[in-house]
Amino acid sequence: MTATIITITSGKGGVGKTTTTANVALALAEQGDKVVCIDGDIGLRNLDVVMGLENRIVYDLVDVIEGRCRLKQAMIRDKRMNELYLIPAAQTRDKSAVTPSDMVRLGDQLRDEFDWVLIDSPAGIERGFRNSIAPADMVLVVTNPEVSAVRDADRIIGLVEAEEKGPAKLVINRLNIDLVKRGDMLTAEDVVELLAIDLVGIVPEDESVVVSTNRGQPVVMEANTTAGQAFRNIGLRLKGQEVPYLDLDAKKGFFHSLSNMLRSGGD
Amino acid sequence: MAAWRKKVGRSANAAKERLKLVLIHDRTDLTPKAVDQMKNELMEVISRYIAIDPEAVRIAVTQDGREQRLVADIPIKSSTRRKVG
Repeated sequence: MTATIITITSGKGGVGKTTTTANVALALAEQGDKVVCIDGDIGLRNLDVVMGLENRIVYDLVDVIEGRCRLKQAMIRDKRMNELYLIPAAQTRDKSAVTPSDMVRLGDQLRDEFDWVLIDSPAGIERGFRNSIAPADMVLVVTNPEVSAVRDADRIIGLVEAEEKGPAKLVINRLNIDLVKRGDMLTAEDVVELLAIDLVGIVPEDESVVVSTNRGQPVVMEANTTAGQAFRNIGLRLKGQEVPYLDLDAKKGFFHSLSNMLRSGGD
Repeated sequence: MAAWRKKVGRSANAAKERLKLVLIHDRTDLTPKAVDQMKNELMEVISRYIAIDPEAVRIAVTQDGREQRLVADIPIKSSTRRKVG
């Protein structure tokens, strides 16, 4: 087995890096692949709560790097899946506890045993980001269709290129279909045109993400959610399958025609 | 209805246009002011050799994918050219 190491980053905080990491990891594990996630946000760990594994942490990434435990001891197995593991970030340390070469070494150790290693990068362009992309074979940049997120994504894409880890691939998260239709949100096409990199996923804004994250169950585990399906599709595309982008209008079809009928009656 | 649409339906275009400019400047580290200055200096040098119409000169950073390109369009004033029609 030779894992592909994928780092999920964004520049701007709060665009959905951790949500994307957790869901894509579950999507890949659901396909029967062996997956390990690493929380690269030392001092601000979150991937554990998003995955619902926060109560099972004993050792963390810094313990592994500083030799206080074996790698296996820091890997928490997600019992809902056959082969999904999490290496949590340390909460009481800061990012200077880890160097890019530590991460490369860790990546190499994991490569033989997994199909995928997903690293959840912290926001920003500093040490934590550099640590997270150091071992990457591929970088996913997550953005929202908003000016600040797109601008920061562009900056990150440039830095990824400069580190010779590019071209990065794009995930557009939290696309609000109603706003797009009204002309008040950038379309996915707009964002792709501006950033000029390949797309791997468009995730619609979906309140099921909030609800499922509240419970520690990534939305991929819920059947029939549009966001869950979008994350599942990212997993399939990473595995090399051609998956058409979701018809984000499909669900609105009925209500749309209904409201059109009512409107034409009333006008 | 039409008036309401006009008010709220346009902000995505504004976002896109603003981002286009911001990204060019972020990527090249060139401010609009620096581009203007460069344009003036270029025109100064070129005018030493050939007659150009300063009003018609266009210099801009354009993009081709993630590649940036400085494109200059500098029409030359020609004393020998005659209008046919």
